[in-house]
Amino acid sequence: MADLATTPLTALHRELGAKMTGFAGYEMPIQFPPGVMKEHVACRTGAGLFDVSHMGQVSIRHPDGPEAAARALEALVPQDVIGLAPGRQRYALLTTPNGGILDDLMVARRADDLFLVVNAANRTADLAHLRRDLPGCTVTEIDRALLALQGPHAESLLEAIAPGAAAMSFMDVRTLPSPHGELWVSRSGYTGEDGYEISVAADRAEALARALLAAEGVVPVGLGARDSLRLEAGLCLHGQDIDAHTSPVEANLLWAIQKVRRTGGARPGGFPGAERILAEIETGPTRLRVGLLPEGRAPMRAGVELFSGEVGVGRITSGGFGPSVERPIAMGYVDIDRAAVGTTLEGELRGRRLPVRISGLPFRAPTYRR
Amino acid sequence: MKFTEEHEWLRPEEDEENVVTVGITDHAAEQLGDLVFVELPAEGRTVVKEDEVVVIESVKAASEILAPLDGEIVEVNAALEENPGLVNEDPLGAGWFFKIRVEDMGALDEFMDEAAYKKFI
Repeated sequence: MADLATTPLTALHRELGAKMTGFAGYEMPIQFPPGVMKEHVACRTGAGLFDVSHMGQVSIRHPDGPEAAARALEALVPQDVIGLAPGRQRYALLTTPNGGILDDLMVARRADDLFLVVNAANRTADLAHLRRDLPGCTVTEIDRALLALQGPHAESLLEAIAPGAAAMSFMDVRTLPSPHGELWVSRSGYTGEDGYEISVAADRAEALARALLAAEGVVPVGLGARDSLRLEAGLCLHGQDIDAHTSPVEANLLWAIQKVRRTGGARPGGFPGAERILAEIETGPTRLRVGLLPEGRAPMRAGVELFSGEVGVGRITSGGFGPSVERPIAMGYVDIDRAAVGTTLEGELRGRRLPVRISGLPFRAPTYRR
Repeated sequence: MKFTEEHEWLRPEEDEENVVTVGITDHAAEQLGDLVFVELPAEGRTVVKEDEVVVIESVKAASEILAPLDGEIVEVNAALEENPGLVNEDPLGAGWFFKIRVEDMGALDEFMDEAAYKKFI
């Protein structure tokens, strides 16, 4: 793994006995000794600690203040950034001129800047795009570690280290003092659980991780369980469920486009691909990302083709076994006339066609503290 | 007991002539992680060495078990369909996959014994 970058926690992962793998140019833990299933369940019943330091952390500043930075960023995303209150975070999408999705990300409005968390695999492209297309703004990559603490015990665990964490609501962002230096905390995550993402100085990350892992019931979680957790939560993985060829409307992410940016809103359009995306909101997309429940016990994974009778109607983009829902689950794109919840299709698995039913998403209700 | 390079174990049955029970080693079970699905072959199926006979899936990935020998599948461990985790709990015992009747028990000689397998992994 000589060509792979490390994170401030790589040595700790090795010490804990993780199986390491290359992911987005980083050497990352795929699983720890308890294994994917136990890590997944621990995160739903106690707390899981994730190293997500491979993700990009970006600060956007404008000489006229964060309102001006928000105005600039609205030219690149179909979200309401101007209306984002200080101390709040929102899910956002960098769109392409054709209405596809360059990346999905979190945008936080802080006192003096906008703070973004972007996908590791897209960081370089995102930074280039932001630096080129945000006139007047300074775009800085932040070299800090990023941990995620997720699960029902996350609140009490973090409150004990960083007082103020418990008072935060879902999608709040705060800077909290702690024995491990200033923590940039958001109450959010990628598991469907209540929890936090915590940006910490790189040289203090290991001590913070050790302090959190010392508590009863906290389990380190690798990329394997991260994937099964986000799948149960119905959350997209960029590059797999969404990409430059899927529009936000097709991807069933209409909820992430606030009314103010739609036709008839106060600031409609004005982002890349607005023509297609606003038209799809009006007339509907030709295909839709849906939840899929294989009726048998066999998991259906990414790449499985979906049929209605003899007609190919779509394809699975993510799938596997959901340890908490205790059954195979999947998501994928289906032609709009076959995409109604309750429709039974067939997935082609090892040369056989097996029934799979369209369901709503997520597969498990989130436990966010709103 | 014999072992293949694909991390299967082969155990000749004492009370059934020319019948070999097949499973995967504890090393393989640990590498695969928690199994969530096992698809077994039909009893009575005739297989050729290296045919895909069993599909096993963990949370993360699917893989296949190949027939280690030519022969006929005479029995499968149906308990695995309800409880694939048996493979992780007891890979050398309750987690067996199938029994195969072979023509020539001499074919087992090419496989590793336990000492050679331990060296192999």
